[in-house]
Amino acid sequence: MRKIDWRSILRNNAVTVMFVALCVLCLAYSGQSLSFVMYELFGRLSRNAFIVLALIIPIVAGMGINFAITIGAMAAQIAVLWVIEWGISGLPGMALAALMTVPLAAFFGFLIGKLLNKMKGQEMIGGLILGYFANGLYQLLFLFIFGNLIPLNAPGLVIKGSTGVANTIDLSTTRGFKYALDGLWQVSFADAALVMLVALLIALALRLVVKKNAVIRVSCSVLLTFAACLVSAIAPQLGLTLPMAIVSGVILLMFTIMLGGADFKLQKPLIYLGVLAVCTAIVRIPAVASLFAMVKVPMATFMVVGVLCLFNTALLKTRIGQQFRAVGQNRTVANASGINVDKVRVIAIMISTVLAGWGQLIFVQNMGSFQTYGAHEQVGLYAGAAILVGGASIRKATNGQALLGCILFHLLFIVAPNAGKNLFGDAAIGEYFRVFISYGVIALALVMHAWSGVQKKKKADEALKS
Amino acid sequence: MSAEFVLEMKNIGKRYGENTVLSDVTLKVRPGEIHALLGENGAGKSTLMNVLFGMPVIHSTGGFDGEVLLDGEVTHIASPHDAMTKGIGMVHQEFMLLPGFTVTENIKLNREVTNRNLISRMLGKNLETLDMGAMSSAARKALDSVGMNIDEYTRVEGMPVGYMQFVEIAREIDKTGIKLLVFDEPTAVLTESEATQLVSVMKQIAATGIAIIFITHRLDEVMAAADSITILRDGKLAAKREKKDTSILELAELMIGRKGEAMVSVEPREVPKGNVALSVRDLYVDMPGEEVRGVSFDVHEGEILGIGGLAGQGKLGIPNGVMSLYSSAGKVQVFGEELKLGNASDALKAGIAMVSEDRKGVGLLLDQSIEDNIVFTAMQIKGEFLNKYGPITLKSSKAIRQQANQMIKDLDIRCFGPTQHSGTLSGGNQQKVCIARALTMKPRFLFVSEPTRGIDIGAKKLVLETLVKLNREQGMTIVMVSSELQELRSISDRIMIVSEGKLVDVLPPDASDADFGLAMSGIKPGEHKKGGDAQ
Repeated sequence: MRKIDWRSILRNNAVTVMFVALCVLCLAYSGQSLSFVMYELFGRLSRNAFIVLALIIPIVAGMGINFAITIGAMAAQIAVLWVIEWGISGLPGMALAALMTVPLAAFFGFLIGKLLNKMKGQEMIGGLILGYFANGLYQLLFLFIFGNLIPLNAPGLVIKGSTGVANTIDLSTTRGFKYALDGLWQVSFADAALVMLVALLIALALRLVVKKNAVIRVSCSVLLTFAACLVSAIAPQLGLTLPMAIVSGVILLMFTIMLGGADFKLQKPLIYLGVLAVCTAIVRIPAVASLFAMVKVPMATFMVVGVLCLFNTALLKTRIGQQFRAVGQNRTVANASGINVDKVRVIAIMISTVLAGWGQLIFVQNMGSFQTYGAHEQVGLYAGAAILVGGASIRKATNGQALLGCILFHLLFIVAPNAGKNLFGDAAIGEYFRVFISYGVIALALVMHAWSGVQKKKKADEALKS
Repeated sequence: MSAEFVLEMKNIGKRYGENTVLSDVTLKVRPGEIHALLGENGAGKSTLMNVLFGMPVIHSTGGFDGEVLLDGEVTHIASPHDAMTKGIGMVHQEFMLLPGFTVTENIKLNREVTNRNLISRMLGKNLETLDMGAMSSAARKALDSVGMNIDEYTRVEGMPVGYMQFVEIAREIDKTGIKLLVFDEPTAVLTESEATQLVSVMKQIAATGIAIIFITHRLDEVMAAADSITILRDGKLAAKREKKDTSILELAELMIGRKGEAMVSVEPREVPKGNVALSVRDLYVDMPGEEVRGVSFDVHEGEILGIGGLAGQGKLGIPNGVMSLYSSAGKVQVFGEELKLGNASDALKAGIAMVSEDRKGVGLLLDQSIEDNIVFTAMQIKGEFLNKYGPITLKSSKAIRQQANQMIKDLDIRCFGPTQHSGTLSGGNQQKVCIARALTMKPRFLFVSEPTRGIDIGAKKLVLETLVKLNREQGMTIVMVSSELQELRSISDRIMIVSEGKLVDVLPPDASDADFGLAMSGIKPGEHKKGGDAQ
């Protein structure tokens, strides 16, 4: 057995550990009910997770945190403005906005990528400043060109007696698409867990069908039957009774153990499945269920987030994904092996910018309105801080880190103001604290990156002397 | 039907502007032979390889003369990628490997085996899924052919350096249709046993019909591995030999050669054996590309010690390390007093001055006047040329002008006057300003690093004469580091040859070319003779 080196684990995940501690502390002092915190958390997760996930590809491609996603958000807001102007509401409106975002954001991403190629090694500061600069152009567009040179007719888009687009764009009118995605399919938390369990079962079973091994075939048919039973259990709206759910969890765990020996590759998904089954059972216990009583899970939104996670994973397993990783590790080596480094970097930024635009659409459809001149400003900063909190660095990032970071970062956002009020008698201190922390986390990540570089050099020095 | 030679480079010539770096060089390589390419730095080896690989640096500077034939047919190689598709591979001196990738991923980098999927059918080849299974079995085959039994799923990070070299070779072997493989100094980073293994792998590869060009400076390995040898010197073909017709001594001699007569003639004298001026023990210097790995030597008062060796072997690291311009470790004594390494100003205070090889980078403030350059270090370190008015310190223009004029006269710096910007001076005169600055420190000991690099022949002579004058008239102890052996031999009392970061031998200036050639390739001349006698 290999000994687990706790100290190095702690050191390597210092930011995440610190954040968990901070969240627990603030949660304890905030005096907010857990069910309220959960309600808030799920809301925030559904609207923010997508944009955080948009950061992964550029990090893998060695360009650090893409602070220029701000510009992707601007592209999305331009699309939203016109969709409202044309009065296309609901899901079609959102779909059209998403479609319009693609060429806009891709074009902006292309320009950003071209520029960042001229400043290799300085991409993060470049992206940040580029965001500020683009904000100027955005204001010119929204204050002077839209509603002035190009007239806008929709009510409320232009302030009467003034020029330019109004301060706030409202999506909750009949012309907007508030909750277009969230409202598609909302279920309680317990049901959401059940749906996820079934989905995972089916996915796993489908994967097994493709395999040729006889043992696996048998077990897969068992799994399929089991999945069918679960579906039929939900169908009559009777719900899965508590004992049944627990039993299902136990059976699955047994499968885990049984099949674990048969095929190592299956062990991991089966463990996930078992854990999920147990969780599904637990959230049906009334005491636990009450925690999630207020939570309404927007299934469609989370499915989109899930698809993005799959997209990130799948993309990295393709030829272009391999090129992202190669370029991210060493541009010289990548270039020597015939990879067009500049092109690969531009593609990474373009993908990230388009995804960020979609992320902003998800955000605004959930909020129902946005500040025309401010909604995009902090996007890059908060998303960057969130992914770092999850344990990513400016060199390495995974879906899991992005999601964990999103949870922790927003948990702190929810509880910090109240904790500040209770501890120091002033909510502003908590508010101050969370802004301070989001900048602090980024600074810390940069320092740690530099520090690990120094450590590497030290090691190389020692190697030279030996 | 196959031609006699897999590669023929006929009458290759290359000029960079006015500077001819290659002229009339011919290189012929047979299929399945190991062909060694020998030469000092600047002999034109890398330029010749750049021509072969169609590097952009060649095409963007007006191409080259002569022609390249592959399998007997005249070929135009447009780019490194073009060279790859034509079956020419390169094993680089610095590893072109990605540490975070597995052995398989590195071997198959940018030549991945992929499967089509739904999305790639619509959006193109870049989105095809990687077929890791097929990739690793191909990698396995390539690894087996170089006799490496490492797991193909291991990450390159943390592997022993020797393994990385073999992974690199496996990658080249794995390329389809490879017929010519260039090894650029492959043994430089290997241990002795790894180097032996490498030579046997090279022979294995050659036995399959792939031709190998083996660039190295280690003569013993050339004798062990090569079938035929081409030697370049000063951009010209010095000789072409079959291994069976030559000896290690002849190769060493051919590599060094005599390049004209001595520029400066110095009265021969006894090597000074006075007090030890500088004593260096176990010096390690981390100067990128010029690492020093444990060098010990003494410099006696009043002598001129030359330090020679090929580029990248660590000779430049010695002065830079003693002056603490790069991080260094070891024991250094200056005139009997301990010198703590780590701070450049300590070395300056101890009375050592240095004329840097990087004249434009660290040597001169190009935008400043000659006089400011001359007094700069003395002002900063010793606080000279300053007037103090209470808490305020100001430059003393009068003293500075006086010193500058003195130096301009003494060293014969050709300029309009002490206020001319040093950036507008010629290379030789800039070098003299650097020397003047070092002298203004009134040093007891002077390091001169590559003093004649990039200056014309007349200026070279003047600089060398200045150094001799300083030594003879003022008794200054001088250590001169230079790539030009002829220059070292003309003024030094003793010459130290450094190879691979270690001291090989100390030779008298009148030692034979063969001895210098052997020493530069890391073989102590005395030892070789002993070995020869035994045979």
